[in-house]
Amino acid sequence: MALLEIRKATRRFGHFVAVREVSLEIEAGEFFTLLGPSGCGKTTLLRLIAGFDTPDEGRILLDGCDITLTPPERRPVHTIFQSYALFPHMTVADNVAFPLRMARVAHGEIRVRVAQALREVQLAGMGERLPQELSGGQKQRVAIARALIDRPRVLLLDEPLAALDLKLREQMQLELITLQRLVGITFVYVTHDQGEALALSHRIGVMNAGRIVQLGAPDAVYEFPQTRFVADFIGTCNLLEGTVRRQTGARLTLEVSGLGELAASARTPVQVGERGVLAVRPEKVRIAAQIVPAPGEVHLQGVIHDQLYLGDVTVYKVELAGGRLLEALLPNSAAGVVKFFEVGDHVDLAWRAEAALFLHD
Amino acid sequence: MARRAALYAAALVAYAFLYVPLVIVVLFSFSASHLGTRWAGFTLHWYRVLLHDAAMLHAAWNSVIIALAASLAATVFGTLAALATRKYRLRFLPVLVLAPLSTPDILQGVSLLVFFVLLNVTLGLKSVMLAHISFCIAYVAIVVSSRLAGMDPSLVEAARDLGASPWKGFWLITLPLLAPGIMAGGLLAFTMSIDDFVITFFTAGAGTTTLPLRIYTMIKVAVTPEVNAVSTLLMASTLVLVLSISKLAPQALKGMG
Repeated sequence: MALLEIRKATRRFGHFVAVREVSLEIEAGEFFTLLGPSGCGKTTLLRLIAGFDTPDEGRILLDGCDITLTPPERRPVHTIFQSYALFPHMTVADNVAFPLRMARVAHGEIRVRVAQALREVQLAGMGERLPQELSGGQKQRVAIARALIDRPRVLLLDEPLAALDLKLREQMQLELITLQRLVGITFVYVTHDQGEALALSHRIGVMNAGRIVQLGAPDAVYEFPQTRFVADFIGTCNLLEGTVRRQTGARLTLEVSGLGELAASARTPVQVGERGVLAVRPEKVRIAAQIVPAPGEVHLQGVIHDQLYLGDVTVYKVELAGGRLLEALLPNSAAGVVKFFEVGDHVDLAWRAEAALFLHD
Repeated sequence: MARRAALYAAALVAYAFLYVPLVIVVLFSFSASHLGTRWAGFTLHWYRVLLHDAAMLHAAWNSVIIALAASLAATVFGTLAALATRKYRLRFLPVLVLAPLSTPDILQGVSLLVFFVLLNVTLGLKSVMLAHISFCIAYVAIVVSSRLAGMDPSLVEAARDLGASPWKGFWLITLPLLAPGIMAGGLLAFTMSIDDFVITFFTAGAGTTTLPLRIYTMIKVAVTPEVNAVSTLLMASTLVLVLSISKLAPQALKGMG
């Protein structure tokens, strides 16, 4: 049985449906991420789990018990807020002690456990400071210590790294992964940052317009997006619109206007004559001055239209016949060479048919 | 440079216009002359006269009692009003709470008088207190609201999330964080109550008098230096209160504009 189960939860605000019949099962010890653009309903869903809000329809179960209407203070679920929500009039130690005080734990025990918790997040000796005297990363750690001190069953994290700068964010990501493994508590993490979701999670639920549109492990979601939205939202993806002409098993032939017939693969049932998009990630596109296509490879020609030098890699925007642009990514792996191509160079492009997914519109 | 000098000059004139009359009153309260408007050497005589003026002391005592009762009651109700307007987000609610701020005193005075007469309330200390509570609520509500607006709403949610009941969340988080605003609102209500004239005039009835009413009665006869002395004391206490407010809730006074 799943630890946390959401059954057909719907939440409306006036005419706006923030969460639409979402069903979801999250296992004990899982690091689960809700990923989606702002306004997709991920934070509303998190608030339903925390108990700050109740669904208009549907149920929420924890350990098989219905907690749909249980107030937040009686759910073994804690939240890390985006603003950290540290109590500004209490010291760090009093903040961390708060859940234990509410649970009427004995004073002596509180002192011992708070000191222990502060040591665990490398804040030993900072107990007497006030939250406003801490750095962003330290506040984050206090919030984590406070939320984990009474060992909740589930920890909800609402874009907790959004306020930190890039370097610190990467460091905190690693700390979060280590921490989650260490405590074994189920994490439900909300973010709009796809990189964060891919790096942290065991499983990702991609949300759009109030629904979970795809659910799976990070690599599965990235490699095999099921919809155009997911392909576009997670990472970058070349999308070429076309019509299915022929089908043999999982292999399709797609007619793309201006480019002729291109091979693609499908992971869902497809009808001949159906319109959709061919999705191919820039890093799956081979780019070279001249390519002799291998069997099973799609082969195109184009002219470098633009390039984006990112240090470790360069993104080339290649203009195809008919003016269509396609992105290809090339690691700058050769020693002593700065760039492989210049704008205006004629290049060959190729990718394996399995790398090109057909997605329904 | 010339523009800067002109700016300073303009500021000087403006501040002089505001404060010179007050300075004159303070100055003449120490004047040995029997006329309130002539200087004849330094004395504390008028403060001694004031201390032995039983009617004046009684009026002052009434003012303090009224201001204490009114500001305490208004602090409770005004805070509740601020919390309610935040919680229920109804558009008309803030308007209803804050309307007394922009209603002319004379209108409030007359309408309260008619209201008390209709309800058969005997005019006196109690009716003045009720009247003062009614106009002080708005001052407290506006100060507490501005404090509340600056408070992160996730703080209370965090308290609930970590095991606090709604009541504990209010008691341990909301109230301590609002405390400076509540104090400032209460002090503001106190100053508004203690020097109110118009509303008090209409609701006090025949037998009851307060400090501002008493001063007005006195200067109808003549401006004696005793009036200057009592005005100086009133001004000093108001100043202390306003300074305390600006210290407790600097944003509260800005919100008043």
